[in-house]
Amino acid sequence: MILEALIAVAFASALVVMLSPNEWAGRLAFALSLLPFVGSLYLWSGFDGSGNALTGGDIAYQTQIEWLEVGGRSVSWFVGLDGISLPLVVLTTFLVPLAILSAWTPIDSRQSQFYGLMLFMEANLLGVFTALDFFLWFVFWEAVLVPMYFLIGVWGGPRRKYAAIKFFVYTNAASLLMFIGFMSLTFALGDSVSSFALPEITGAIADGGLGTWFGISPDRIAMVAFLAMFLGFAVKVPIVPFHTWLPDAHVEAPTPVSVLLAGVLLKMGTYALLRFNFTMLPDQASALAIPIAAIAVISVIYGAMLALAQKDLKRIVAYSSVSSMGYVILGLIVFTEYGVGGATFQMVAHGLISGLMFMAVGVVYNATHTRMVGDMAGMADRMPVTVGILVAGAFGYMGLPLMAGFAGEFFIFVGSFAAPALPYAPVFTALAMFGIVIVAGYLLSAMQSTLFGPFELATDYEIGPAPFHDVAPLAVLLAAIIVLGVAPDIFFEMIRDAALPVVEGVSVNG
Amino acid sequence: MVSTLPQVTALLPVLLLGFTGLALLLVDTLAPDTRSNTSMAVVSALGALSALAATVWFVASGTGSADTGGAITLLAEAVKVDTMALFFTAIFASVTSLVVVAAHDYFHDHPNPATFYSLTLFAATGMSLLAVANSLAVVFVALEMVSLPSYVLVAFLKQNRGSVEAGLKYFLIGALSSAIFLFGISLVYAATGSLILGDVAGILGDIAAGTDGLDSRTGIAGLGIVMILGGVAFKTASVPFHFWAPEAYEGAPAPVSAFLSSASKAAGFVVAFRVFTEAFPVGASLSADINWVLAFGILAAVTMTLGNFAAAVQEEVKRMLAYSSIGHAGYALIGVAALTADGSGNGAVMGAAMAHLLVYGFMNTGAFLFVAMAERWGVGRTFEDYAGLAKRAPVASTAMAVFMFSLAGLPPFAGFFSKYFLFMGAIDNGFLWLAAIGAVNSVISLYYYSRVVKALFFDDPASQTALDAIDVRPTALYAAVVFAAVATVLLLPGFGPVIETAEAAASALF
Repeated sequence: MILEALIAVAFASALVVMLSPNEWAGRLAFALSLLPFVGSLYLWSGFDGSGNALTGGDIAYQTQIEWLEVGGRSVSWFVGLDGISLPLVVLTTFLVPLAILSAWTPIDSRQSQFYGLMLFMEANLLGVFTALDFFLWFVFWEAVLVPMYFLIGVWGGPRRKYAAIKFFVYTNAASLLMFIGFMSLTFALGDSVSSFALPEITGAIADGGLGTWFGISPDRIAMVAFLAMFLGFAVKVPIVPFHTWLPDAHVEAPTPVSVLLAGVLLKMGTYALLRFNFTMLPDQASALAIPIAAIAVISVIYGAMLALAQKDLKRIVAYSSVSSMGYVILGLIVFTEYGVGGATFQMVAHGLISGLMFMAVGVVYNATHTRMVGDMAGMADRMPVTVGILVAGAFGYMGLPLMAGFAGEFFIFVGSFAAPALPYAPVFTALAMFGIVIVAGYLLSAMQSTLFGPFELATDYEIGPAPFHDVAPLAVLLAAIIVLGVAPDIFFEMIRDAALPVVEGVSVNG
Repeated sequence: MVSTLPQVTALLPVLLLGFTGLALLLVDTLAPDTRSNTSMAVVSALGALSALAATVWFVASGTGSADTGGAITLLAEAVKVDTMALFFTAIFASVTSLVVVAAHDYFHDHPNPATFYSLTLFAATGMSLLAVANSLAVVFVALEMVSLPSYVLVAFLKQNRGSVEAGLKYFLIGALSSAIFLFGISLVYAATGSLILGDVAGILGDIAAGTDGLDSRTGIAGLGIVMILGGVAFKTASVPFHFWAPEAYEGAPAPVSAFLSSASKAAGFVVAFRVFTEAFPVGASLSADINWVLAFGILAAVTMTLGNFAAAVQEEVKRMLAYSSIGHAGYALIGVAALTADGSGNGAVMGAAMAHLLVYGFMNTGAFLFVAMAERWGVGRTFEDYAGLAKRAPVASTAMAVFMFSLAGLPPFAGFFSKYFLFMGAIDNGFLWLAAIGAVNSVISLYYYSRVVKALFFDDPASQTALDAIDVRPTALYAAVVFAAVATVLLLPGFGPVIETAEAAASALF
């Protein structure tokens, strides 16, 4: 019942904050958001799951209560954790309080609604990562979009309406495609499943439960479903060429919203890819290994090139997220222990690092009111601590050893270099590694021109160090990144345990 | 409980509604000085709520259900109380309660609101009588009992040109369709010699099987059925008798629009569901070459498409809602269109349509009541006039966003499940094309529904003073809107019992 309590607390907090006065909504929201964090630490300490939740592993904190029945299949409230979902739950509950803290300075209107929506989003994100029933998962998955739509559309920058609607339309269209893909699977499964529970469906597919539906052969249905779901999730991740909503959404969204968007929402896409495409339909995935690896590498390189061409600091970070997500896809498609495990680890690592980068850029922006590279120089002079952390975060992004990003990318490359499931694996790996060089290039040049040298600002403001509540979350995030970089095993052990069954699901690895 | 009480108590909900209406009329006539808007509203709300309570109690205790001895027939089989009748009565009573509560504030300066309450309750009585009608004669009488007060209600603001014009148009088309409907009944009577639904079905079966020796009467029966179908199309505001709906809904006072587009539409559907399954069973009709299933299928497809495309180009919110309500009639028509002769999945799809009408009863009523609130404030009718309302009225605007997203069928709200069950029911019964058209329409609908949300939350008001109109907080209207929103949200987790009751009720008809 702890998972339920966690989600319920987040929902209740959202409601309470929504009804609280604007003046202390921020403080109240921060205090309340610590509860789920403490709860998730408790979940972590008592975690006793093993294996992968979808392939018959031991699910921790499992609850299954029948909700309703549709067409002879039951839909239930079915939640639980395994080694893949627990790190993401911890990531979510960890990032939300920090994002709320970082909102104290920039958000100056309708605070109670803002913080209420943030907490409402947290509740649904927790639902996404814990739900093990398709319907329950889908309800949470879609429910995340609604607060995000408002958070961008109401509190965003000058082009917020465009960005919010683009985000909403892209992700909803993608959800529909994914939904149709999944439904065609369940139709083809026919009577071989009696519920929408993901473990049961995964098991039925693995046992050859797919039948002919409307005259379409099982193999073809599985392939069509794979493609529909892959495209649907590709928008969310995002993978080139479905990434165009992301820079708009990031640039217009206020800093704390960007933090959650990059830190957690993008991971919904890779998490879902791992759960649905790569765990349920591993053979389809490995049949498409070359094209998927190719778009993963293209995302890495193209995203980095796009970042190279940007002048807006936030856009730079946003495009480099596209690049980093490419690594995750590469790690997943190679179907090796270190590849899949590293990809999952990279989800957490990237969540922390991109969160830190967005937050630090936001703190600079709070002071300068510009994010354009050419508009400022020598910020290190006025905001030494913030800039110091920003630089550290950037090095984390470039994969400096002993930081979380290094561990994630290293695992992925180790896993992908000699992957039996992917032909030409060394070539793909080498190309992807090249992306790191570009990342280093644009991050270093952007920092060189904005942070160092003599102080200069296009519009004249008096700028001093940022307030404590802006810098504190940066420091906490940096500390977490270093801890995870020094001791990746605190998550990697359980991740590897849950990733192994996925790897074994592919016939190549048998 | 029925075994110990006289059978007529099964009509308790109908009687409660009727007597409340009579009591209001009596007070209004005998003691016009003692009446007040508030007391009238309270009495009518209590009447509607007690009818609702009685209905829920009956459903819970299984009155008229197959488990407790089947439907209860009264008055020489002219009236039949079963779960389906109770289910629809629950919709009527809920909508009526919401509408009369909201009307209290809407008609706060009307010289004689008492008539409104009694007319609304009489119409509701007619609807609940329609739900229990088991004879074509009772169907017609009840239908007129709904229609006559409705004409008056639409034209209730008799100083307002729009209202009067709408009333006249509604009356003219209504009178025509009543005539057609009645003529259809007489033809069916001519062909079968009975008005009792079950007997009609028996004779129709004989005609179809040729055992009657008078198969020449197939044509007469068929013509009659087509005419009855026309009457149903009018009441449900479906193509080709939908022309009155946008005019009437737009011109009528908004609470009346809410009442007509939710309750009166559902009343049309109870006729369709009952008459077309009990008097003209699918199997017998098809073997007599009277393919009303296909006719309904085409009507459903055309109705939802036309309603959606017309709604997408409207500039006024109320008119957009009017067309959206035509679109939803198209969805609900799937309940009588996706039926097959063997009948295995018929109960599921019709049950889903019933559940959709219940959910729709809350979300659509709520949306129109928000319009009522806007009219009460006097902020104008177009999307632009609604710009920025969320700044001043966050609670009501949030409720409106819930209605809009739910109407569009987004997953976190009840509208998602009801549409999903409907489309899945259709697919399971072999009507993939209807489900596909429905799904495409549903996606289109997100465009115009989200326009309302965008206007309320994202757009800035046209002028600084535009929001000054929001100077009052009509408590009762707020209560009704918020209650409808809460119901729309809670029906998602609570969808299980609703769909189970509806499916059981519908299955009992086949």
